Amino acid sequence: MTDSPTPEGGAAPLHDPAPPSGRRPGRPVSKRSTSGFGRYLCKHIGGAAVSLLLVLFSSFFIFRLIAGDPIDQLTKERPVSPEERAALRAELGLDRPMWQQFWDYITGTLTMDLGDSFQYRRPIFDLIVERLPATILLSGTGMVLAVLLGFWIGTRSGWRQGSRFDRAHVGTGLLLYSAPTFWLGMIVILVFARYLGIFPVNGMRSPNTPPDLWSQAVDIGHHLVLPVLTYTAVVYAGYLMIMRSSILDEIGNDYLTTARAKGLRDDEVRDRHAVPNALLPTVTLVFLAIGGVVNGSIVTETVFSWPGLGSLFVQAIFYPDRPVLQALFVLFSASTIIAVLAAEILYWFIDPRIRKS
Amino acid sequence: MLTARDLRVEFGLPGGRTARAVDGVDLDVAPGEIVALAGESGCGKTTLARTLLGLEPATGGRIAFGGTPLGRSGKALKAYRRQVQLVLQDPSGALNPRHTVYEAVAEGLRIHGITDDEPGRVADALARAGLRPPERFFLAYPHELSGGQRQRVVIAGALVLEPSILIADEPVASLDASVRGEILSLLLRLKEDAGLGALVITHDLGLAWSIADRIAIMYLGRIVEQGPVEQVLTAPRHPYTRALVSVLPDSPVPEPIVLAGELPDASRIPGGCRFRPRCQEVASGSALPVLGRCEGEDPGVLGPDGGSHEAACHLVHARMAA
Ligand SMILES: Nc1ncnc2c1ncn2[C@@H]1O[C@H](COP(=O)(O)OP(=O)(O)OP(=O)(O)O)[C@@H](O)[C@H]1O
Ligand code: SF4
Ligand SMILES: [Mg+2]
Repeated sequence: MTDSPTPEGGAAPLHDPAPPSGRRPGRPVSKRSTSGFGRYLCKHIGGAAVSLLLVLFSSFFIFRLIAGDPIDQLTKERPVSPEERAALRAELGLDRPMWQQFWDYITGTLTMDLGDSFQYRRPIFDLIVERLPATILLSGTGMVLAVLLGFWIGTRSGWRQGSRFDRAHVGTGLLLYSAPTFWLGMIVILVFARYLGIFPVNGMRSPNTPPDLWSQAVDIGHHLVLPVLTYTAVVYAGYLMIMRSSILDEIGNDYLTTARAKGLRDDEVRDRHAVPNALLPTVTLVFLAIGGVVNGSIVTETVFSWPGLGSLFVQAIFYPDRPVLQALFVLFSASTIIAVLAAEILYWFIDPRIRKS
Repeated sequence: MLTARDLRVEFGLPGGRTARAVDGVDLDVAPGEIVALAGESGCGKTTLARTLLGLEPATGGRIAFGGTPLGRSGKALKAYRRQVQLVLQDPSGALNPRHTVYEAVAEGLRIHGITDDEPGRVADALARAGLRPPERFFLAYPHELSGGQRQRVVIAGALVLEPSILIADEPVASLDASVRGEILSLLLRLKEDAGLGALVITHDLGLAWSIADRIAIMYLGRIVEQGPVEQVLTAPRHPYTRALVSVLPDSPVPEPIVLAGELPDASRIPGGCRFRPRCQEVASGSALPVLGRCEGEDPGVLGPDGGSHEAACHLVHARMAA
């Protein structure tokens, strides 16, 4: 803007104040400041750390309040003498003062020593490590499918709002979304396992599968189909609706018109301009989903007796296995908090507008 | 040259009615001239512009560029879009917020498969749009620029394809008063130096006066008066144009004319002369000799403007004939 002459020629010029004589030179383009990123990072890491501490503290107290006296639970099937009760209490470390139990819990959790399960009398850490792969397999597969399916349909639904495609998919999605998982799982089992008999009813492996890798993988895959189907069916509509409304937010924007006027085809305008921008607000959601893979689908795992963390959690509730509940609660919450933190950090790099402030 | 003949655009409305947003328009825009299209809000200016760009299907009439009719096929449309480019009102919305200036300007080149010397072409377009030195803007994002700079990026994105015609829909309406003049003078300079033609849409007659060679006044989907801009604005003929001009400073029309009523809905265009319900000549009785025709006869579509000053009005025709 250095050399524009004022428009000449007119008895009725409309621009009221004449352009200032010392015109603003092209403003230097701001560089990405590293200190800005440092501050942004600190702020969000600090927030996440506070949330983690709160989860850590509250987990200790919540389950102590709601689970009752574990000695009663552990001895409810048989008569026990006070001496036996005291011995059990000492064995489980419950005779020590509360502050000491608290201290052990905090230092233990921070060093990955999560204590022993009441129910299995084994280190909780080992239980989690054993069951984590099953959970990640089920809900990881289901999550990826649900996100891809939901985003794919949601994009096309929003782009053609009110079309037959849109109405059919929103209807189906919401129907499945509102169906109780338990009920849907039962129907899936009835139809595909009991009636058609093409998939196993529950569990993750059949007992007499040959031990070689290929047979094992096929067997697990076979068991995986129905739980993944159920899980995906229930959650994909959430991603569909979010993506659809995100696309609808972009649709009125002029930059799509600009792109079209430059010669892009409709589907290119959608995929190159609308979709990347519509994905931006869904990043948090996707990271929440990734964080949620750890806690999986508690109901799906239960319906299909899938040997993952979700069914471990349900067993622990019924027992009640307080240390397990305590540890899983911290694990589930921490994975979510860290996933959200990762999303916030990612936003810095993918959304140039954040760097402005 | 961009030509439109008897162009019509209708929208189906709920309830079975149709809005005739563009209702018979003949228009020519040649390289090296700026044509202003003026009229009040809702008269169909944007719809006309979108249709000329092939963004809205015409329901009637023809559009051609250099004699070749605007086809609906992807290939023909793409070739057409290299020649006729768009500049929108609000540069904040017209740029993808997550694309850098370079990406925004280079996009047109990529779409049309122009691969040689991309950085050079982008830099050249930015410089022609007044962003110098251009390299300094390559990696900027739209939010880091001022409104005027953004509009220059939009213009550069259009210029990079070396089009013959720009269609600019209220190109300065959303800018600060201080940068409006700069953007307008940029358009003038592009016309003079590069022979670019432009259709500039505005509801600001002062703006039309300062940049346009010719002007077309639009009312309810039709062009009701057209001609060289000095003639139309210093000696307006159509009662509607006279009313618009009457409120300008130093107006040739002695008394300000306030039009009765609102612009009618495009789905309820009055029969006869579409301006009759609001026409001050009818209200004052001056149009009495032609009133029958005002009520019963459409003054018709003005033919392509061959540089002459014309108005679609029975009273004007009668007076000229007399
Ligand atoms: N997609 C559409 N569907 C139905 N009616 C429409 C559509 N687009 C425009 N219209 C109608 O067509 C008429 C002309 O609208 P248009 O936007 O072209 O006016 P305009 O002259 O550009 O107004 P403004 O100065 O406010 O921008 C209006 O009555 C409007 O309601
Ligand atoms: S034709 Fe009649 S009603 Fe229409 S503008 Fe002229 S005088 Fe007015
Ligand atoms: Mg408009």
